[in-house]
Amino acid sequence: MRLSKSWIIASKDFKIFLKKKYIIFSVFIIPLAVSFLLPVVIYYVGQENGGSGIPASELTYLLPALTFFYLLLAGLIPTSIASYSIIGEKVEKSLERLLATPTTDGEILLGKGISSFLPPMGAILVGAAIYMVLMDLVTHGPLGYYFFPNWNAAIILFLTVPLATIMSVEWNVIVSSRVSDVRVAAQIGILPILPFAAVYVGGELDVIQLGSTSNLLIIAGIILAVDLLLLYVARATFRREEILSKWK
Amino acid sequence: MIETENLTRKFGDLTAVDNVSLKVNEGEVFGFLGPNGAGKTTTVRMLCCLISKTSGDARVAGYDVGNEADALKIRKLIGLMPDNVGLYESLSAYDNLDFYGKLYDRTEQQRKESIQRFLTMLGLWERKDVAVGTYSKGMKQKLGIACALIHDPQILFMDEPTANLDPESAKVVRDFILELKKEKRTIFLNTHNLDEAQRICDKIAILNTKLMAVGTPEELERSVSARKTVVQLPEVNEAILNALRKLPFGNMEVDGNKLTLEVKNPETDNIAIVDAIYQAGGHVESVTVVGSTLEDAYLKLVRRDSK
Repeated sequence: MRLSKSWIIASKDFKIFLKKKYIIFSVFIIPLAVSFLLPVVIYYVGQENGGSGIPASELTYLLPALTFFYLLLAGLIPTSIASYSIIGEKVEKSLERLLATPTTDGEILLGKGISSFLPPMGAILVGAAIYMVLMDLVTHGPLGYYFFPNWNAAIILFLTVPLATIMSVEWNVIVSSRVSDVRVAAQIGILPILPFAAVYVGGELDVIQLGSTSNLLIIAGIILAVDLLLLYVARATFRREEILSKWK
Repeated sequence: MIETENLTRKFGDLTAVDNVSLKVNEGEVFGFLGPNGAGKTTTVRMLCCLISKTSGDARVAGYDVGNEADALKIRKLIGLMPDNVGLYESLSAYDNLDFYGKLYDRTEQQRKESIQRFLTMLGLWERKDVAVGTYSKGMKQKLGIACALIHDPQILFMDEPTANLDPESAKVVRDFILELKKEKRTIFLNTHNLDEAQRICDKIAILNTKLMAVGTPEELERSVSARKTVVQLPEVNEAILNALRKLPFGNMEVDGNKLTLEVKNPETDNIAIVDAIYQAGGHVESVTVVGSTLEDAYLKLVRRDSK
């Protein structure tokens, strides 16, 4: 496996993405908007509470749950970019020419993975950094200390979010092999968000403790297992023979 | 340079390519003719190591097509111009070529030189930075060929390079292929266009799942279809027709006072025809020998196979 070949393919995809406004919008606007909105909402809710902010006891419960929200974004954001990355090649009928180059199936798949993984990860991490800075400013008064950064946020952002993004990318590669319309692929492609949404709701209902480090590590472990399974399926799906003779 | 022996590909119960054996020599332009669904694209895909063969053998530049380790070496040596031009429409012509150049490990200097050379040769240099989506069909087709040539391959596979092009664009593409022929590249050309095949190709194979015939255009014209003798008479009557029917020739067509007979050897057969007409009391105004065309040969082979 030559990483240089995968990087060439990913770089080409980046150039194409920069020319597609809807991809830029869907990848960057949502995480940035969420990152600004959450602290603003917390600030205004605090103002409603006699101007003293949300009580510290509630914040220590609320902030980890809100940080977990980035896991939902990790399931959602790669959808448009990953589905375009493969289906774009199908629509432009460029796959056969690409497959005829001296690259292996794995190198092409990795290139597509890199181009679908890096922009959403970058957008989520930048958004999370903005979120943490703004949230610290808003909550420092009632808490008396800066809540972020902390280990749980680090586990979410640097372990579970990348794993969830990989899962979304792999799922979208599999979906893209079965459909030939970017919009249909994007609709089916957002399915990975459902288990994360269920966990998030569970956290809000106090069924799961999202502020617990061990719980976060268990969630990361489960996502890793799903990642490995999906990688196996995606690898089996993304073979020259399959692509040219069976892909729709 | 390219050699196949009993090359076969099946998709389930369907046999797309059936025991095809052929040989393409270095520097040869090899035309692969056949109707839709004849297996031309499948054969090219097998030779380019894009899909596997079901049975048989194939070698490209000495490398085994079925061998996983040789597949990368073959793909590095060859250029493919697929039937779908397959360009990145939002990228410029320069970026498209640069991308493929990088995948074939060309240095930056080599890429620059090749891109300038091909785009200038094809009249696209002035529009090198414009998105390919704004190009005409002919321009895209030319750029598609350039993409297949960016790494200077000695073997080039072209699948219907002039399909769906207007006559002027098709001529530009054909002229470019002739330029490549002068550079002694081996070109494997899939085409429906018989006139194109006749003008460009050194050797032609006619495929209809099975290989029907292989040879130079002239050999195919001569060997596959009989030549024809056209006899113009002042008057045709039943006695003349009966006399001619007794001769051991092929089909006879009657069109007014004009008779067309399939003959094998016009030099001797025409004497017998004229003699038979005179014996039956008729007169001859003119006798013309018409050579069969590649189209005749092609249609005869493909129709015979369909029956």
